Amino acid sequence: MDQLFQHLVNAFMLGGTYALLGIGLTLIFGIMRVVNFTHGELYSFGAYIVYLAAAALGLNFFLSLAVAIVAGFLLGSLIELALLRPMRRADIDTTMLVMIGAWIVLQNTELLLWGGVAKAVPAPFAETPLVLGPVSVAPLRVFVLGAALLLIVGTYALINRTKLGRAMRATFQDSETAALMGVNVSAIYTATFAIGSGLAAAAGALLGPVFLVTPTMGDLASLKAFAIVILGGLGNIQGATIGGFILALVEEIGAGYISSGYRDAMGFLIIILVLLFKPTGLFARAERVG
Amino acid sequence: MRRAVGYFWALFLFSVPLWLQDQYLLHILIVTGIFIIAAMSLNLLLGYTGQLSLGHVAFFGIGAYASALVSLGFDVDIFGYTLVHEPWPVLAGFALGTAVAGLCGYAIGKLSFKVRGAYFVIVTISFAEVTRLVALNWVDLTQGPLALTNIPPFTFDLPGIGRYALWGKFSNYYLVLVVAIVAHMVIKRLVESRIGRAMIALKENESLAVSVGIDVTRYLVLAAVISAALAGAAGSLYAHYVKIIDPDIFLFIYTVTMVIMVITGGKGTLAGPIVGGLIFGFMPVIVRSFVAPEVQWILYGALMIAIIYLLPQGIVPAVERWIGSRVEDSQHSAADALPDSRNAGGSR
Repeated sequence: MDQLFQHLVNAFMLGGTYALLGIGLTLIFGIMRVVNFTHGELYSFGAYIVYLAAAALGLNFFLSLAVAIVAGFLLGSLIELALLRPMRRADIDTTMLVMIGAWIVLQNTELLLWGGVAKAVPAPFAETPLVLGPVSVAPLRVFVLGAALLLIVGTYALINRTKLGRAMRATFQDSETAALMGVNVSAIYTATFAIGSGLAAAAGALLGPVFLVTPTMGDLASLKAFAIVILGGLGNIQGATIGGFILALVEEIGAGYISSGYRDAMGFLIIILVLLFKPTGLFARAERVG
Repeated sequence: MRRAVGYFWALFLFSVPLWLQDQYLLHILIVTGIFIIAAMSLNLLLGYTGQLSLGHVAFFGIGAYASALVSLGFDVDIFGYTLVHEPWPVLAGFALGTAVAGLCGYAIGKLSFKVRGAYFVIVTISFAEVTRLVALNWVDLTQGPLALTNIPPFTFDLPGIGRYALWGKFSNYYLVLVVAIVAHMVIKRLVESRIGRAMIALKENESLAVSVGIDVTRYLVLAAVISAALAGAAGSLYAHYVKIIDPDIFLFIYTVTMVIMVITGGKGTLAGPIVGGLIFGFMPVIVRSFVAPEVQWILYGALMIAIIYLLPQGIVPAVERWIGSRVEDSQHSAADALPDSRNAGGSR
């Protein structure tokens, strides 16, 4: 029973960052109809920027996190402006192939720049775990969860409370009508991709110090983000938030009670079950995404 | 005339090992040939039904592992029950590898064609990742990261002559060539039949295809089964040629290689995967002497993006169009040049 509590806590700690990943991807899919294969690369990019800033340049850890998020935001807008904007009229498969090409370029550039050896990011937290009754948690992970939740709340506020958010929601519902109402849809697309990328970079930046940073860490992140997005329903932000926590829980339970070797296969299991029983995702509202 | 050009190509390909002395180039040709078979199978899905399978390497790898395991023999514990398998002939492995891959194609197709589009892509890519994890973790069966070694070569029992094992590059080249030609003919027959027209119809306009009574899911699943089975056959050839396979065979980058081959050559054309396959089969050999492998992959990715922007249809249709327009110019001087030159660019 104590073990179960520990698994639940671990899952909760991990779920926040998974939710960040999922929200970023589902935002981009919902508004732009782009299956973003660079999402995982933005995740590893965020982790590398934190490594670069904190370990190599010796910057303050918290400042490094902010730098990584801004860098992800900028790289995202660059990708959108250079690759996606000229392809606005292309169908979903064509943009998907372009994004796969961009993924290969980004990943191998990382490999070229930083080599295949895993990097460790130092974090200013005590190694000794906090013990609360039957469970113990590393202080770093508590901070990671807190930061992730803060970013999630921030994203919700951005989408529901600001003018930009309202324009994004309008574009999400019907981009043509939104354009007629004076929304600059092109700018909204760029902003969406940049925000989604920033969230992916944030997830990478937060998990970089927890795990190790490697050039291929983005591949699994992409797959997990896809699983979360399918679980929550394509384009559904609340769904992605809950989906992130569910995936973390399933992974943690699966690794704990079935086999740790298959931890990363759990996302696929979720995809299969969702497709078999509820192909529109667990939290689909009727035809929201269009 | 079309047929004559086809025979000429076949004859040329059959003559290659007779005059090509460089064993390394012959090796590259064999591996390229295997990947061309895989790319052709991917083209059936991507080019003719419009469904992108991003886990195609899973079928390739499953074919390789199944074929190798059938011919090597294995014993595993499944829920306390020990399953012992004595080694079987390689040809049986080839057949079973193809069949198992086809079955997986059926399951994946049935599962994901309910929703299609982005779902099919994501299901296939995750499927490949899971097969890699299984190959890595089911050590009893697959040896995990230690790899399956000493995989026997193809062996044929020739009545009256005795056994003939395909150890060398010379004989393996012919084996791959024959399988490639068979695969090419299977796909050609298929896409030129009623089934192929139905597939193309539902790629062009699915709702119209449905309204004229085409059972979309059935044809998509059929395409997925054949495509997966051919990829499995290619995997089996690979396993028995290189004689060692490890879980890295499931790496995503191999799927990407197949996708790039198909897109560059021209998806939805019979010659596309062959042209693209030859380009990307030999490009690493040339590029590798100049740059690091990472740079090679960066070039791959950049080239893929460039092709989508500049030649969205791929090389083969572009060449066909170019020749077509030249023929139109000189139509009066050479009346029967049209069918000939179309063939030179590859038949559609």
